[in-house]
Amino acid sequence: MDTHRHLDDELSSLRDRVLLLGGEAEQALERAMYALSERDSEVAQQVLDHDDRVDHLEVEIDRQCIDIIALRQPAARDLRFVISVAKMAPVLERIADHACNIARAAIDLNNEPELKSVLDLSRMAEHALHMLRSALDSFTTGDAVAAREIIKSDSAINDLYNHTFHRLIELMVTEPATATRDARLLFVAKHLERIGDYVTDICELTVYMAEAAFIKHT
Amino acid sequence: MPVQTAAPRIEVRPAATTPTATSKAKVAVRNLDFFYGRTQALHDISIEIPERIVMAFIGPSGCGKSTFLRTLNRMNDVIPHTRVGGHVSIDDHDIYAPGTDVVELRRRVGMVFQKSNPFPKSIFDNVAYGLRINRVTSSSSELEGRVEQALKDAALWTEVKDRLKTSALSLSGGQQQRLCIARALAIRPEVLLMDEPASALDPIATSKIEELIFDLKKQYTIVIVTHNMQQAARVSDRTAFFLLGKLIEVNATEKIFTAPDEKTTEDYITGRFG
Repeated sequence: MDTHRHLDDELSSLRDRVLLLGGEAEQALERAMYALSERDSEVAQQVLDHDDRVDHLEVEIDRQCIDIIALRQPAARDLRFVISVAKMAPVLERIADHACNIARAAIDLNNEPELKSVLDLSRMAEHALHMLRSALDSFTTGDAVAAREIIKSDSAINDLYNHTFHRLIELMVTEPATATRDARLLFVAKHLERIGDYVTDICELTVYMAEAAFIKHT
Repeated sequence: MPVQTAAPRIEVRPAATTPTATSKAKVAVRNLDFFYGRTQALHDISIEIPERIVMAFIGPSGCGKSTFLRTLNRMNDVIPHTRVGGHVSIDDHDIYAPGTDVVELRRRVGMVFQKSNPFPKSIFDNVAYGLRINRVTSSSSELEGRVEQALKDAALWTEVKDRLKTSALSLSGGQQQRLCIARALAIRPEVLLMDEPASALDPIATSKIEELIFDLKKQYTIVIVTHNMQQAARVSDRTAFFLLGKLIEVNATEKIFTAPDEKTTEDYITGRFG
């Protein structure tokens, strides 16, 4: 087998694995939000139980990146791809961690009386999920233009978080009896807002991978 | 609680931190063609090599990088039926101009070859050889001083200082190669050409040669031909990629190995060439 064919196979396997991790993070978030909106603690517990699998995948990807760098010494686009994946895997793992935190909040909230509304949380979650899916798509196709558009769309999540934050503070003042539950929802909103930031990191890595351009912190 | 919103994003690319072609050119080549008989080996090469940097030439076998290296001190002149066109200047002086003193040129532009080629003489006499035939030194103490300095510059002095009178052929392969570098340095060249200087050496000897190259660039302009791309990445400031006798791309080494401008360059360094 040619050396470059061997490398191509390893890069392809690495791509599959990081997309699998992305799919796990996406599913964790989707199920955590389902557990919250449908008051299904069983599903929330499944999200928590599944997190070991996510952690394991992240470690596998780490090892694979180190092996490829050490043994194949990739250059140019191959190097940028491996570096991007190595930096992307922990970001995806953290997204799954945030999903776990939402699942924990869901279990706590499900043990208490239902609140009338979860405000804009569903919209925030839908937006975060859409951003995550699109970010994984743009990474797969190396589409830096799409990645830049997704980065721009993070401001919508920030706006929704702002709105939710102020609405929950109002509720805490007007209905002190629900303050603890409102505070839990506030944390959920913060987790969703952070997921938006992490998706932005993924998109910045996609731009680096595709164009060798550093757009982080600019 | 104020919430941060996304700041406007401005795209930046990293600035090159190594000397560029806009630094003072020690070697300037314009529209160089080279022929072996009727076969054209180099096509319209133009490149500038800034002073006191390491420039690496990479490319597949037969791409013309060694031929090009040898045009920089007219070593190809000794090959029959060869012909050169275009201009090669060192410090703005055309080395192919009529009346050029080729011996003096090769004193200024030293060369180290793939295979170490010490003379069957003592270590001392090998390094002193160029100084003697060029009558560079007037006294034996000056000669000894120059030999010692050249051996120190080639990072060989501590290993051989107690056996200078023993045969150079008793040295290991890596030591012989550093001896050849010392021999080249003894006559204080301005440019040092290295044609795959570590290709026959083990990793430890290779590492010593690479460290040496890194140190030598403080004083010399170094041009190295290498098949080892990791070596080019490790030792050079700028890299030129040759293919089929043409210069495809020359750029800062970090640029070549992370984001080359030309697809052909990228295909070569990622192993997808051909």
